[in-house]
Amino acid sequence: MTDRVYRVRWMPGTDTLFGVCHCGAERTTQEPVELWDWLLGHPAGHEPPHGATNDQPRDTARVPA
Amino acid sequence: MAFARNQWFVAAYGGEVGRDLLARTVLGEALVLYRTEAGQAVALSDRCVHRRYPLSASRLDGDTIVCGYHGFTYDAGGGCVFVPGQQRIPRTARVLWYPVVEQDSFVWVWIGDRDQADPAAIPRAPWLADPRYAVVRGMESLDARYGLLVDNLMDLSHETYLHGGYIGTPEVADTPITTEVDEDKGVVYVSRHMDDSACPPFYAQSTGIQGRITRWQDIEYHPPCLYLLHSRIAPHGVYPPADGPDSAAFHAEIVYAITPSKEHTTYDFWAVARDFAIDDETVSEYLRTSNHTVVMQDVTALNLLERVIAAEPDRYQELSINIDTGGLAARRILARMVESGAPEGSLR
Repeated sequence: MTDRVYRVRWMPGTDTLFGVCHCGAERTTQEPVELWDWLLGHPAGHEPPHGATNDQPRDTARVPA
Repeated sequence: MAFARNQWFVAAYGGEVGRDLLARTVLGEALVLYRTEAGQAVALSDRCVHRRYPLSASRLDGDTIVCGYHGFTYDAGGGCVFVPGQQRIPRTARVLWYPVVEQDSFVWVWIGDRDQADPAAIPRAPWLADPRYAVVRGMESLDARYGLLVDNLMDLSHETYLHGGYIGTPEVADTPITTEVDEDKGVVYVSRHMDDSACPPFYAQSTGIQGRITRWQDIEYHPPCLYLLHSRIAPHGVYPPADGPDSAAFHAEIVYAITPSKEHTTYDFWAVARDFAIDDETVSEYLRTSNHTVVMQDVTALNLLERVIAAEPDRYQELSINIDTGGLAARRILARMVESGAPEGSLR
């Protein structure tokens, strides 16, 4: 079983935070409080994009490692 | 601010615990620490069961503590072995003992239900007891709630403003962070990788690097007590090789143990372990002095902040921004730990 890891990337050159839940669901926001509410609220409102996982977000080009 | 019970906390450095009695208050519980003649660290409640006299103000006789008020005598397990003037030792004549583990130069104590104490759960800081590293360390008493120190350490952008001229440069506050929370391991990671940064005096003086640097800060916070900052300093543009040791860089492992003492006081254990110039006492003295200065800058700021917060109404609406992402995660994990460690019936 993989660890339940929540990841938050601060997108370079922007004020945007990109959050990925361990289930693969993603959200962008500029509010860290709102982002943690959503991430730690798993599974409420979490709909992973088709084929996305925590390690491989859908839009890898947008998400720095 | 509530405490996270049923957790391990650093009560002292191993070197502080000896044949003198040491008083520490951890999570509001008064402890007395000492070392048996065989070298085992011991932690007992610091109150004689008779009239509450502090055992830390008493004396050792072999491995027993003789209360300095009326002579009640306790063994290393907290059992009373002597009471004055009578043969019968009352059944309730004992003081609480605390599970103790010495590891990585720290004396860890378990505060909570002893049946749940698992030494394997204690997070590691192996550099502090590794001969390949040189270590400087200290402990400051903070007149502030422990959460303020957690906030402080999880958001290193404050280095730019509070610690300029020591460890702060403009790049720290300017560089975005990445944050991860591992729910299963209970660890918060915050990373800030600066590709092209000025070298602050703290590292220029200690490493001898001239010019700009590539500086990485990788935080691992193991709530509630242990905070690790893996600091990698290298000449500008020098990155770890794909294989083999990262020998072109300088590594400092910055370790904090954040131990709540009372509601508004905290023990701030700090240490800097380095893998360079390990035999150079001049570098050790410089880092000891500089880091102590940096820690005291934090102590002064957090003591001030505590006084401000204590005078304000509860639930003051503060503002959080992107730099706080890691600190917010840490707060949430701590809040969960407080809740899960609370005695039954104390929660709504």
